[in-house]
Amino acid sequence: MQVFSFTQPLNFMRLKWPAIALSVLLIIGSLVSFATKGINWGLDFTGGTVIEVGFAQPADLPAVRQTLTAAGYGDAVVQLFGTSRDVLIRVPLRTDIDQSTLGDSVIKALNAAQAEPVTMRRIEFVGPSVGQELKEDGGLAMLVALIGILLYVTMRFEWRLSVGAVAALFHDVTLTMGLFSVLQLEFDLTVLAAILALIGYSINDTIVVFDRIRECFRKLRDTSVDDTINDAITATLNRTVITSLTTVLVLVVLFYMGGALIHGFATALLFGIAIGTYSSVYVASAIAEILGISREDMLPPPPIEKEGENTDALL
Amino acid sequence: MLNQNPLWRYLVVISVLLVALLYALPNLYPEDPALNISATRGGVVSEQARTELAQSFAAANIGVKSVELNDGQILARFSSTEDQLQAREIAAQTLGANYVTALNLAPATPDWLTAIGASPMNLGLDLRGGVHFLMAVDMKAALDKNVNDMVQTFRADLREDKIRYRSVQPDLANSRVILTLREAADAVAAEAALKQRDRELVFSQGSDELTLLVGISEIRLKEIREYALEQNITIIRNRVNEIGVAEPLVQRQGADRIVVQLPGVQDTATAKEILGATASLEFRLVDEEGDLAAALEGRVPPNAELYYTRDGRPLLLEKRIMLTGEHITGANSAFDEYSRPQVSIKLDAKGGNMLSAATRDSIGRRMASVFIEYKPGTEIGADGNPVLIKQQEVINDATIQARLGRDFRITGIDSPGEAQNLATLLRAGALIAPIQIIEERTIGPSLGKENIDLGVTAIQWGMVAVLVFMVIYYKAFGMVANVALVANLVLIVGVMSMIPGATLTLPGMAGIVLTVGMAVDANVLIFERIREELAEGRSVQQAIHQGYDRAFATIADSNITTLLVALILFGIGTGPVKGFAVTLAIGILTSIFTAVVGTRLLVNLFWGGRRLQSLPI
Repeated sequence: MQVFSFTQPLNFMRLKWPAIALSVLLIIGSLVSFATKGINWGLDFTGGTVIEVGFAQPADLPAVRQTLTAAGYGDAVVQLFGTSRDVLIRVPLRTDIDQSTLGDSVIKALNAAQAEPVTMRRIEFVGPSVGQELKEDGGLAMLVALIGILLYVTMRFEWRLSVGAVAALFHDVTLTMGLFSVLQLEFDLTVLAAILALIGYSINDTIVVFDRIRECFRKLRDTSVDDTINDAITATLNRTVITSLTTVLVLVVLFYMGGALIHGFATALLFGIAIGTYSSVYVASAIAEILGISREDMLPPPPIEKEGENTDALL
Repeated sequence: MLNQNPLWRYLVVISVLLVALLYALPNLYPEDPALNISATRGGVVSEQARTELAQSFAAANIGVKSVELNDGQILARFSSTEDQLQAREIAAQTLGANYVTALNLAPATPDWLTAIGASPMNLGLDLRGGVHFLMAVDMKAALDKNVNDMVQTFRADLREDKIRYRSVQPDLANSRVILTLREAADAVAAEAALKQRDRELVFSQGSDELTLLVGISEIRLKEIREYALEQNITIIRNRVNEIGVAEPLVQRQGADRIVVQLPGVQDTATAKEILGATASLEFRLVDEEGDLAAALEGRVPPNAELYYTRDGRPLLLEKRIMLTGEHITGANSAFDEYSRPQVSIKLDAKGGNMLSAATRDSIGRRMASVFIEYKPGTEIGADGNPVLIKQQEVINDATIQARLGRDFRITGIDSPGEAQNLATLLRAGALIAPIQIIEERTIGPSLGKENIDLGVTAIQWGMVAVLVFMVIYYKAFGMVANVALVANLVLIVGVMSMIPGATLTLPGMAGIVLTVGMAVDANVLIFERIREELAEGRSVQQAIHQGYDRAFATIADSNITTLLVALILFGIGTGPVKGFAVTLAIGILTSIFTAVVGTRLLVNLFWGGRRLQSLPI
């Protein structure tokens, strides 16, 4: 069984300009969304307190809100989490109360208003400085990862491909974060991990295509650059699609069965992998092509002539 | 002939897999609810205590699996959580206050596996429940105290050298002291005098020539910070051990942070109370005239109090306190000129004066150091939390040889270990830089259990989905890839269990699921390559050989870049992100092994070295 079997290479590069226009448009759209809507940063980044409690019966949210308002937490956000019995309470950072004891007092307040005691499932408190640091560290991690990849690909391949690969990564990260911004999904620590995993996945995909481009350049001597790239992409298309498919398969499982805590992680990766598959075909290769990659850049360095190789044997 | 492997290759791969399987096995055994019982500071759990305990459990009809004494701790396993909770109360009654009882989940690894060092994976707090605190040490407070000490010292020093000054003021915002003198000549003299006493001082001129700004060197600054951090870590470690938490973690993070993880602890309020409680230290004279025997019978002299040393020896101490711990600025264990262990203690200027005055007329008498700490008792207070009990004990008593000042030492200590212990306690009783909780994560036990179940289900179904897909798409070769995939999972779990520092977290489990999806990539690359080679008309054996060969360069390149990302994540991330990075990195390495080396062996075994017209691919 085979998904695609082509007798002729597909002309991917014919669509490079429309594809790049689309990508640029989407990136601009994401940036505009960052500027206008911003990112819905989760507790890990903003600081504050999140309390997850379990009720014995399906929870009555208005009653919970009333109890909390009466206890002085009028600014708390109350929502269901996963099931109708799990309630998530978010209390933003405040200076007038001791944040580190807030979780216990909220649970006490809920228990006082309730016939059956609630069970504490999770209390997370993050101070303001920690959240800020996490943003900085996360950004730094991405930057370091991009630079590391830039260097490695330059070393192993060629600088034009390297620029293409990093542009593709930037593209993937921006669009995924853009999705979280447009839909106002919560961006928490697991989403950050997903984006960093996405960098790993997407570069993997790109390298496979690049590897084939290099091979095709060395093999097909009289073909144009466009055709060589088309050839390489077509040859790896099956692999690209199959691997994305198996990964998407497990991510769908993770999305539906991994529980609410891992939802953001699965969403980010599902979207990111779709984008990443597209970008390793179009963005990375097209940019390298536009930058003027040529056969000469890909040929192995000429073998150094061994001393005495051309002289006749003495005897 | 192509595509045949020597026997040793099979043996190597099979033995690697067997070892991984062996080390992965402990994860399959459930955990027993257990009690961890240890003695409080200085005490020892005896075999007698163990027997007593086993008898009282039997008397109360509790389902006990075993009661063992190991490394000075008793580990009792129970058949159910109810038994465990009931047993805890019985243990507290039977053994009394000198023991600490901690609830624990003990892995039920069979002895033959323990014997080869196999143990289950470490689970992160998000999977086992517990409290995680991140604390920041208030370095500003530590520096402020140092500046205030400097002010006191400078005044005393300048008076001693008869240098007249107008004022000595602390400048806390800049962590320095502003010294204003009366004459320009005095400024030079003051600088020389102070520098001679402390070489780590940094002098600069203020707004006019009568003003001197005195700061401290970078080295000293770093020392103060390190000291404040180390002191807090020591105290927290001591306290955590006293609360009775099995497998606690107290670790420094960065320049001024401390991570505390208490698995299994649910009551954060009590945990915070205990961690935040203050220990203190008092120096008092021993009342040698009082009647100790009478005091033991309850007739304590009016100006004295009855104390006990750590080994239970009673001692009458004067009520008057010579000095309290807040004046201690340092305590270190060292050796004296005869290489006998000693503890040298440094006091701040005020403390030095107090001690000097107090010891002037007491040479030849004995001075005791009393350590005071608050720890939770068995009694429950009105707020539902255990009441903190004040615990006092004499940690040292020594004869005063001379009038003591800012620097003095305690000699006549039996062993270097004891000296170190004493120094630690003295530091713990000193005034410490305050700490603040800046991050707290508490995971309830039910959520932890749920997270594990969710993770396991996701891994199982993810596996099944990929396995089915591979068989449909690649037929017999798909089966080969599937064997590799299952072997890969065993390897990941085995390696995670072998590395002591690796901790499985919820994002880590997500990482494993992701690895399952990505691990087949290597096989997809190889199989697609073989198909291409076949399509180009190569013979079956050539196609297999070329397929593996050519795909390998691609696999190596693409995986090295992913590994690079995992390493960066590990280096920069904290907590759950680190856990994710570890599983990702391990997954990449194991998947290369199984997907490239492992499948090659199987493919060669089934199809290699034979004349075939086609391949089931």
